[in-house]
Amino acid sequence: MKRESKRTGVFTRRALLIAGGQLAALGYLGARLYQVQVEEGARYSTLAEANRISTRLIAPPRGRLLDRFGTVIAGNRQNWRALLIAEQADDVGVTLDAFARYIPLADHERARIDRELRRRRRYIPIILREFLTWEDMARIEVNAPELPGVMVDVGTTRQYPLGPQLAHVVGYVAPPNEADAAEDTMLALPGMRVGRAGMERTHDAILRGRAGAVQLEVNAVGRVIRELDRQEGTQGRDVTLTIDAALQTQVLGRLGEESASAVVMDARNGEVLAMATTPSFDPSLFNSGISQAQWVEWTNNRRAPLINKAASGLYAPGSTYKMVVALAGLEAKAITVNDRVNCPGYLDYGDRRYHCWSKGGHGMMDLRGALKNSCDVYFYEVARRTGIDKMAAMSNRFGLGTKLAVDLPGTRQGFVPTRAWRAGQGKAWNIGDTIVCGIGQGYLQLSPLALATMTARLATGRAVDPHVTRAIAGAAVPGGRPEDWPSMGVPERQLAAVREGMWAVVNEQGGTAPIAKLEIPGVQMAGKTGSVQVRNVTREQREKGYKSENLPWELRPHALFVAFAPYDAPRYAVALVVEHGNAGSAAAAPIGRDIMTDVLTRDPAHRVEPLSPRVAGRN
Amino acid sequence: MALMERRLIRAEIDFGIAGKLWRISWLYVVLLCLLAGVGYAALYTAAGGQAEPFASKHIIRFGFGLVLMVGIALIDIRLIAKLSWLTYAAGVVLLTLVLRMGHVGKGAQRWIELGGTLWQPSEFMKIVLVLALAHWFHRASWERMGNPLFLIPPILTVLLPVGLILKEPNLGTAVICAVIGGAVFLGAGVRWWKVALVVAAIGIAAPIAYDHLHDYQRARIMTFMDPESDPLGAGYNIIQSRIALGSGGMWGKGFLQGTQGHLNFLPEKQTDFIFTMLAEEFGFVGGIGLIGLLAVIIIGGMLIALRCRHQYGRLVALGLSMNFFMYVFVNIAMVTGSIPVGGVPLPLVSHGGSAMIMVMIGMGLLMSVHVHRDVEFPDGREDL
Repeated sequence: MKRESKRTGVFTRRALLIAGGQLAALGYLGARLYQVQVEEGARYSTLAEANRISTRLIAPPRGRLLDRFGTVIAGNRQNWRALLIAEQADDVGVTLDAFARYIPLADHERARIDRELRRRRRYIPIILREFLTWEDMARIEVNAPELPGVMVDVGTTRQYPLGPQLAHVVGYVAPPNEADAAEDTMLALPGMRVGRAGMERTHDAILRGRAGAVQLEVNAVGRVIRELDRQEGTQGRDVTLTIDAALQTQVLGRLGEESASAVVMDARNGEVLAMATTPSFDPSLFNSGISQAQWVEWTNNRRAPLINKAASGLYAPGSTYKMVVALAGLEAKAITVNDRVNCPGYLDYGDRRYHCWSKGGHGMMDLRGALKNSCDVYFYEVARRTGIDKMAAMSNRFGLGTKLAVDLPGTRQGFVPTRAWRAGQGKAWNIGDTIVCGIGQGYLQLSPLALATMTARLATGRAVDPHVTRAIAGAAVPGGRPEDWPSMGVPERQLAAVREGMWAVVNEQGGTAPIAKLEIPGVQMAGKTGSVQVRNVTREQREKGYKSENLPWELRPHALFVAFAPYDAPRYAVALVVEHGNAGSAAAAPIGRDIMTDVLTRDPAHRVEPLSPRVAGRN
Repeated sequence: MALMERRLIRAEIDFGIAGKLWRISWLYVVLLCLLAGVGYAALYTAAGGQAEPFASKHIIRFGFGLVLMVGIALIDIRLIAKLSWLTYAAGVVLLTLVLRMGHVGKGAQRWIELGGTLWQPSEFMKIVLVLALAHWFHRASWERMGNPLFLIPPILTVLLPVGLILKEPNLGTAVICAVIGGAVFLGAGVRWWKVALVVAAIGIAAPIAYDHLHDYQRARIMTFMDPESDPLGAGYNIIQSRIALGSGGMWGKGFLQGTQGHLNFLPEKQTDFIFTMLAEEFGFVGGIGLIGLLAVIIIGGMLIALRCRHQYGRLVALGLSMNFFMYVFVNIAMVTGSIPVGGVPLPLVSHGGSAMIMVMIGMGLLMSVHVHRDVEFPDGREDL
């Protein structure tokens, strides 16, 4: 019994120890509970509130893009789409297979759906197919019993009534990528689009608006218990463009099948009335994501339909640059308006001979005659006397080779060389390069938009910048009035001399573009042609009787034309490039004439300034 | 045999049914009723303020369990002792059966269907393991305890079910089983250092065992380490439980006012996370009150063990109290994010029929020890 009592004693001691351990453990739990509930309580209360309340975003419809007269350029239309709510389907795979029987799903669509199914919670609808036709919808609705979890609903999608005609200006919208969605949570909503190019991109934030929010009390699986609060979002606002849609259509039609671009600008305030590029593309194709084949076709097309040639296409300006050379020479006092230069058909400088386009030469040329005949030797000589840096400075004042305050994304500023630039390349500047620049060749690279700006500034003497936005939500943006733009500071006498030379190009016997003479009574146009070789003409070719129209298309020279009208009360400026169009006078000038005729006849009532009696007198 | 036994008991004390009923600790029964009442309230709020479908069933089951408990309490402890190894064998057979043909759920095979309810044989095993070990050590004289060879059979007795439960796999219950076994070993007088040695051996084996764990078990351990690493996956339960607890604060949100539970943020709120549900609505004060009540019940069990005059009863009461304690500790530690989540209910509070019956069987055995605390129960080996 002694042994028994020993066993009991040990048990008692140990049971007490174990009980103590149990109490200590429970005490620990109590302490732990105190920590979680009392010490960290405030933090978790906030979390609990966030848990319970779910904020859902409501996307406002995207604002519209309108032309200057209110025509809808980019609008919204209803988009019927098939959605799948995974938690309502018995078996998602079976439902998808059944769906694919009625509306075939391509492999990449199926892959996207599978990816979203994995990523999203089961109660969030996933888009199976957008842009359903009535037949598609009928097929889905009729077979609804076979398609548990599938529903049809309506959202909005972007619509471009003018299709390809304004594609480059308007741009396009596309589904947001991950980075976009991180920036604006609204973009995670199904069917949202982001402006990717053109004005859709420039004004994306204004057009998109701000999402409204509904605060909902939800349970853990996200089902809505009740609505707590509602905040209306900001509607996407309409943006009015300076574009005249009807004019744009006309211009585009006139450019036809060429690979060409044209800019029509209000010379008084820089408003772009038309900006046409051919060939073009249908911007609505981007809406639902374009196919690989379509993309390859566009990028391999040598006429580059995706490039906005008017703003991003760079060309040597050729003879259209000569006005700037002349003004640089006048300002530098390298020449006067009346100084004459002899043109024997070539200029020898150093050990090189620089040819005039006229083999026999033009004889004695003053500024007016040199512009009228587009005499190369005259401008070789002016450039040589002026120097490249002064030419570049004048170019910049005319918006060439400098950044323009333009609201269109993707605009390239082009290039005008300087001595400093060449020095930066570790090379000395050649006077020969200056001479070549005198006729707008060499290193010069400019866009039609820049040339239109140059022409507008020449015509009005005001430093207008091109712009495409006229009003946002009905409120005009600054820059609409001529007084908004400062004077160029170029003496009017010099500008007048250059304008007169341009007048002679079109309106005088022997000018390079008499074909461009307007047939509207009492209105005259001043202009300048340009033809730029895309490769050097060798002496051998020249002697063989080189004819550029015999070359293959991609080796023919580009044809350029710039013009403004009316001559005495300049209102409109036009610049256009016909890629590989050969001679500016033959390929570009007639198009310029027709465009200007259309512009002037379309809108005479809007003209403020009366036609000058001096023009009538000249006729 | 049974007759003889009965006469023997009568010879000692007056041991009629009435006498036995008298010896039942009714205070302890009242404590259990109180706990079940807390469970009723918790399940009432878990169902969104109604008795259906949890609370009404809960109280009916408890009533049935109470009758079962009293019935078991009246069975002579010596008869129970004789059946120890038989029930142990039955437990092992059931565990084997569950591995062969049990129901699979949540990535594990641990349930067996009986009478329209799913039962976990591992719950039954914990009780019969205590009985078997108690029976073994009841026979052990102090001298024999010093013989290491004498300890090998009981170690195997523990390891066999632990291994089977691990295979299901049910890590939590396997560990609990081992801890309960360890407690009985300690109570029986096995030297501390020997128990420590076994614990150390398990500690060394743990990393090896981790390699053999199922992915979901590893995920549970990993999420426990850093619950916010996977807020919508395995860590979701722990985070949501902590949010619910924390938002309850000191005084709670009030009965039926807990948002987290009612909005279904709380997973398994009527089973594993019932404590959270209560602590959200009744705050830290309510939570600590419930822990206090549970502590009283556990210590009450330990007092029954201390009061008992035979080794078998002492060890059974110790083991069963430890079993109850482990339920409580693991569950509350789990919902406060102190240990990895494992499907351990809060006894007599959580919804669930089979768990309630098992707990009440355990309580019946505990009460039987108490009723028969003074019976003559020689270990039968002293004479040899």
